[in-house]
Amino acid sequence: MASIGKIARRTFLFGAVAVAGGAAFGAWYVAKPAPNPLDPADGSLNPFVVINGDGIALIAPRAEMGQGTHTTWAALLAEELDVTLDQVSVIHGPPAQAYFNSAMMSEALPIKGYDASSFQHSLGQMLGQLGKVFNMQVTGGSTAMKDGFERMRVAGAGAREMLKQAAADRLGVSIADLKTEAGQVIAPDGTALDYADLAAEAAQLDAPKVSLRPRSEWTLLGTTLPRVDIPGKSTGTAEFGIDVRLPGMKFAAVRMAPTRAGMKSFDGFEASRMAGVEKVIDLGDGVAVIASNTWLAQQAVDSIPIEWEPAAYPADTDGMFAALEAGFDLDPDSTMRDDGEAASLPVEGAITAEYRVPFLAHATMEPMNATAWFDGGKLRLWCGNQGPTFLRTACADAAGIAEEDVDVTVTMMGGGFGRRGEFDYAVLATRVAKQMPGTPVQVTWSREEDMRHDFYRPAAMARMRAALTDGKPSHLDAQISAPSISAQALERWMGFAPSGPDRSIVDAAFNQPYGIPNYRVRGHRAEVNPPMGFWRSVGASFNGFFHECFMDEIAHAAGVDPMQMRLDLTRDEWLPAFLCLEAVRDMSGWTGSTPDGVGRGLAMVYSFGTPTAMVVEVKDEDGLIRITNAWIAADPGIALDPGNVEAQLTGGMVYGLSAAIGEQITFADGMVEQGNFPDYEPLRMPQMPQVAVQILENQEHLQGIGEPGTPPAAPALANAIFDLTGQRIREMPLNQHVDFYI
Amino acid sequence: MTTQLTINGDTHDVDLPEDVPLLWVLRDQLNMTGTKFGCGVAACGACTVHIDGEAVRSCQVALGDVWGDVTTVEGLGTPENLHRLQAAWIEHQVAQCGYCQSGQIMQAAALLAENPNPTDDDIDQAMAGNLCRCGTYPRIRAAIKSAVQGA
Repeated sequence: MASIGKIARRTFLFGAVAVAGGAAFGAWYVAKPAPNPLDPADGSLNPFVVINGDGIALIAPRAEMGQGTHTTWAALLAEELDVTLDQVSVIHGPPAQAYFNSAMMSEALPIKGYDASSFQHSLGQMLGQLGKVFNMQVTGGSTAMKDGFERMRVAGAGAREMLKQAAADRLGVSIADLKTEAGQVIAPDGTALDYADLAAEAAQLDAPKVSLRPRSEWTLLGTTLPRVDIPGKSTGTAEFGIDVRLPGMKFAAVRMAPTRAGMKSFDGFEASRMAGVEKVIDLGDGVAVIASNTWLAQQAVDSIPIEWEPAAYPADTDGMFAALEAGFDLDPDSTMRDDGEAASLPVEGAITAEYRVPFLAHATMEPMNATAWFDGGKLRLWCGNQGPTFLRTACADAAGIAEEDVDVTVTMMGGGFGRRGEFDYAVLATRVAKQMPGTPVQVTWSREEDMRHDFYRPAAMARMRAALTDGKPSHLDAQISAPSISAQALERWMGFAPSGPDRSIVDAAFNQPYGIPNYRVRGHRAEVNPPMGFWRSVGASFNGFFHECFMDEIAHAAGVDPMQMRLDLTRDEWLPAFLCLEAVRDMSGWTGSTPDGVGRGLAMVYSFGTPTAMVVEVKDEDGLIRITNAWIAADPGIALDPGNVEAQLTGGMVYGLSAAIGEQITFADGMVEQGNFPDYEPLRMPQMPQVAVQILENQEHLQGIGEPGTPPAAPALANAIFDLTGQRIREMPLNQHVDFYI
Repeated sequence: MTTQLTINGDTHDVDLPEDVPLLWVLRDQLNMTGTKFGCGVAACGACTVHIDGEAVRSCQVALGDVWGDVTTVEGLGTPENLHRLQAAWIEHQVAQCGYCQSGQIMQAAALLAENPNPTDDDIDQAMAGNLCRCGTYPRIRAAIKSAVQGA
């Protein structure tokens, strides 16, 4: 792979589409099939289907973090394989190149997306093949279904045809006369052969060419299926990373520099004498305590006096925002939209606003953890993870062994939201296990350690200007200043950050389907670099707030209804967005006016290919703001599992509302000030509104669903508060300015 | 020293210091991992178990202070013999990541034992201490209501 990395470094410009270079090495490398990581002797018909005496196993090599990906990937396979979901087991499988994400890189194109021509769509698919080159087995970017939609059905159909061919050979009949049903091949005379009975012969055959069934013949896809992971999660029997138990396993707690720097000194003497403690480990940049019990390890590690090196980033939040403000004075990192003559925007009478959002933590319910077992030559790891190939490489490096000697078991995840796309916790467990050769060690972070060692959604700012002509929005000029998440995260993932503009700085600002004739969006890459990472919906999480609050300000300045203004601006630009707005208007009974004590706000954000319109309603309850209702209409093109799509849209909205109401990460003395839920308070059940969701299917291609519910939540809420109180809040969290019902 | 606990009807002798929280006795000593660690400060509810039928945060109850019989999610029902709330949780497809759901179910079970006919507001208030980052709250409400009606 080293040579590929070199070629890629030279030719692949992130977001700048060096398609010529990409396609050139695509021809010889990309077309080559990735090796099947599974052994045909075990009944593996292809990397995704294993049939043997133990039954039928479907490999869903995407991380299950609650988004239902295992169930829907299994359904894609089962639809063509002709098995029912209760006949199969669904497992994650090993890290392997064959499981690369073909949709992830295609998202890097600097095109708006909603206006993609079919040429650009296939260009995106071709660029997506680069995911294979980079060994990018990643669950993220709302890509799992885009990625699996064709590949999994092809894998299922291929396995089915191999099983039929094996039956035809055995029975001496034509394959055309055979049918398949519920895990059996059925001959014209009624003879039924179980797949398990045919698998060994089928595994010897070459994969045939297949054609996929049309949607009209689907029996599983398009329906709401019971999720395969839910019984275990309802009985306490599902195994998360933190639940892994191995013979002779020890428990460890860690404390790493809250300044994300080195350690000057520590004194572990007293800790080493505390109850249950077996060992205090000097990690150079932190300490670990090994004990018989996680809590005893935590008590001991927390008692150790440590002096830390100072942070390499600004010591406090004000310093971070100063860097964001300075970012506006730098040359733009990108100008991904420049329609008409936005520069001609008149200064006189312009509508202007400045917005800002804070850093955010992921705060998954399951704190970071990993279990590692190193015997000197081989390393075995157990943890939830969104990118196991990158994780394996990094842990092999930390252990000083070859990748082939690292075995990774990906468990269920107690939340991901982007946090588990990192692998720092697995590397840390590897480093601890290296000091305990032959003993499996589970390293669990305290909540405080988790919150202070996150890769944060960065703070960001926007300066927005607009003008009206004849009462209609004629100009919109947006500048966004944010640090580059992509540059930092890709450096960690792949060891290099491709050059070129960072699309995530302007995502969901530059590509909104509004027909404003003079429309410019510039991204400024602020030079500030605390640890940052992908947080559910990434750049759209802040740009949705900036853009959609400002659209509301434009509507009020123009004296028009914000719903009607958006309907007018989307109708001729992109119909699917218009239809989502219309749907949410009708669902909510939007009239443009609300009674005293009630406020309603609208937002519509196009992100990850899916337009999502949302109306949020708030009420004044004794001076407190209570969110009472929310209506969501979204169009992911094809809803493979409508029940799950509804859950993802609702959950995405809750993640966005939580952040909008009260979440923020601040820095002082180079350290994050928040440590646990009382300082970083997510939305709780009494704050949860009634929610109604409508799924539309007016787009041609299947699009993402895990993230699009998040970006419209904050602006819809802020706009509702404006409607209720007349107060325009331009920074988050909103509870700095108004009091919420709790 | 050894402390004797009754958990899900079985007696266990635990050899750990008395200040170790029940949560970590269950998880690390007895390998009963259905009860989850979320915050360690009683702010998230993931570690909720019952002591003599009362919902408690097991991260805050020291081993030496356990005052009665302990029930965990494993003891509430099993995949083969579901508690009505667990059945409702499956019927309503509540879980997303699922990490908080053991605690949610134990909290809901204590609510229904005390108040067999809770109002919407009773449900919200009883469940306020149990966080869910995936936002499954509407389905939790629906599952509790259907368990009430099915009772």
